[in-house]
Order: sequence, then C-alpha cells, then structure tokens
Amino acid sequence: MNSKKGIIFTGGIIGILGGLLVVFGNPANMGICVACFIRDIAGAVGLHRAGVVQYLRPEIMGFILGAFLIAKGTGEFKVKGGSSPITRFVIAIFVMIGALVFLGCPLRMVLRLAGGDWNAIAGIIGFVLGVLAGSLLLKKGFTLGRSYKINQINGYILPIIAVTLLIFRLVRPSFIIFSESGPGASYAFWAIALAAGIIIGILAQRSRICMAGGIRDLYLIKDSHLITGFISIFVFAFVVNLIFGNFNPGFAGQPAAHSQWLWNLLGMFLAGLGSVMLGGCPLRQTILAGEGNADSAVSFLGYLVGAALAHNFGLAGSGSGVSTNGRIAVIIGIVTLFIIAYSSIQFNKKAA
Amino acid sequence: MKKVDARGRSCPEPVVMTKKALEAETGDLEILVGEEVAKENVSRFVRKSGAKVKASQIEDGYKLIVNR
Repeated sequence: MNSKKGIIFTGGIIGILGGLLVVFGNPANMGICVACFIRDIAGAVGLHRAGVVQYLRPEIMGFILGAFLIAKGTGEFKVKGGSSPITRFVIAIFVMIGALVFLGCPLRMVLRLAGGDWNAIAGIIGFVLGVLAGSLLLKKGFTLGRSYKINQINGYILPIIAVTLLIFRLVRPSFIIFSESGPGASYAFWAIALAAGIIIGILAQRSRICMAGGIRDLYLIKDSHLITGFISIFVFAFVVNLIFGNFNPGFAGQPAAHSQWLWNLLGMFLAGLGSVMLGGCPLRQTILAGEGNADSAVSFLGYLVGAALAHNFGLAGSGSGVSTNGRIAVIIGIVTLFIIAYSSIQFNKKAA
Repeated sequence: MKKVDARGRSCPEPVVMTKKALEAETGDLEILVGEEVAKENVSRFVRKSGAKVKASQIEDGYKLIVNR
C-alpha cells in the first residue's frame, strides 16, 4: 500500500465513495467531509444547537474504527502522546473554524471542485498558501515536541467513544438530536455510511494519505507521493459525478457553499496552516487517533469543540456568506497560530 | 557518525531533520525514528537523495543507517 499504486488506489476509492455517498443520500457535494461530519456529531450530542446540522455520521466512526482495526492487525497500533496536547487542542479548534468558514475540510474542498463548485478554487489557493506557510515554519524549526510511549488505555479512549456514538446512532436515545431538515437530515443508510467509513479508514491508514501532506511534501522534499492521492480523489469523484449527473459547474447556487472568495481563501489558509502544524489534515488526524496517537485524539476533540463554537458564536459560513464574527475569528486564528509558531521556534532555539 | 533522534516527532519532522542533517554533514548518518510511517518516509527521502539506507528494529522504533 505504501506504493504509487497504493496511494492512487486509495484516492480512487475515496473519490468513488465520495461520489456514491451523495447518490446514497448524503448532502450534495458532501459525500465525505471530515469537518462537516464532526460538526454534525457535535450538534447531535447537543454541543451546538444549529438545527439543520445535527446527525451522528457513521462515516467518522468508521474512519476511527477502520484505522484502529487495521493498525491492530498489522502491529502498527502504538499508544503514544504528550506532544503539547493543549496547544494541539487550540490549533485544532482554529483548523475547524477555518474549514467551517469555507464550508468543508480539505477533502470536501476537492470533492466540491469535482462537483463543479468553482468557489472551491479560492479555497484551494488559500489551503496551498497555508500549507506553504506551515512548511516554512517547520523549516525554521517549528515543532510541538516529541511524543512518548504512554499507558495503553490512552489509545482506546477514542475508539471506545466511536463505538458508543455508533450505538447512540442505532438506539437513538432521546438526548441525541437529529436534524429534521437541511444537510443534517440528508444521509445514506447507516450501514452503507459505516462500511464506507471503515473501508476508507483502512485504506487511509495503510496508504498514509493526507491532503495537507501532499502539498507539504511537494514543497519541502520535492516528493509527489501524497499529492498523487489528492489528485486521484479529484479524478475519480469527478467521473462518478459525471456518471450520476451530479456535476454542475458554476459559482452561484452551489450546495453548502458561498462565493465570498476572500473568506473562502482565508478560511482554508487557516485550515492549511493549522493542519501542517498538527502534522496532518483532519482526515489524517482522525486516522492517527484510531491507531493509538493520543495527541491526534486531542486534535479530534479540538475539532469537535471548534465546530460547536463555530455554530454557537455564528462563525461558520452559510449560503449567504461569512458573518462579521466569522471573519474576526479567522483573523484571530491566523494571528494565534503564528504566535504559537513563533514561541515554539524561539523555545527550540534556546533548547538547541 | 552523526546521530539524529527523531523519535516521537510528528510527520514530517523526521524527514525535515534528516534533510537538514544530510545538508549539514558529510559521511554516514544514524537516524532514530519511532514508527513505521517515519521509517518509510525517511527511507524514501534518503533513497531519492541518492544515498543508501538500512533499517533495523530497536526497542522503541527503528534505527536507520544512511550510507553515502
């Protein structure tokens, strides 16, 4: 799987499933979106009360459990943590806010483009610039420090939470909220969603696919391995969308999107910058959390809280654009991440 | 032999540290990494740069010896 063919195959399957999940009932151009789906989960457990985006998405549980099972099987399940958890938590909050201002994680950004949503182009430009800025910080010596081997229980907590959420999805206790209209009410049958999530979780764990990593490696070490997966997702999702008549090119009226290019760009700049600082995009962090990385599990919880804040404070974008609050939050996020990076580089200079 | 300890570092720091060491030093290099992914990434990078790399398992990860 760690070959060119492996990464193209993984990207292809993610692209195809991304296209097919829309056919099976997921929201348009949102077959898979790590940010949106974590946001829906935050809503379903009542962390935010935005009525149209509340649902326990089995895809996310599938990512975590697929990665967990395959890592167990291959002996790659290693429990470690202790690399600046609180800083990771804050960075993850801002990655999520940036993604929700744009309305999608890096993966959905590519799926949106494959569905003909040209607003995604501004997002891609911002994401690439954010990743480049993050890469530059890495070159300057930015690091969140090393992790250590820690007690095994730390690696099981997020997979257990995933199983619990899955049970809640099936049992639907009264404290779990599901949208009655809007994107949250559009979903594929739970078993299909879960199966797709598990397949992607397994393949993503084996191939190490990462949306931020693709651009980062191309710049830092002139390595095109991971970007191949990124391109493969686009090509296969595009073909599936063409086949099912889900390719609708244009700027206006795109599903769960807006046309404020500057905020699409800056939102994804924030998401890209933060992703490099965390060591991977939201999909990759979710996979790592499944294979025992407690720091990535903290990132996951940061995404969850970030999503809740994004809706409670009115920061997330909508079809009509980005609110003043959302714009301020993006600026605060970018400034905060640079301050964190600066302090890390200074600290490591002294330590060296 | 110059040593690089990249155990426990987030992706892609092991590769960045290797790159810096390859640029700053001449001769062979010993690189410690914590996990499979870092081993693969560093090995791929070293081979691309034209050097040879040999990996062996250690207690908490892998030891990579770079020959050039």
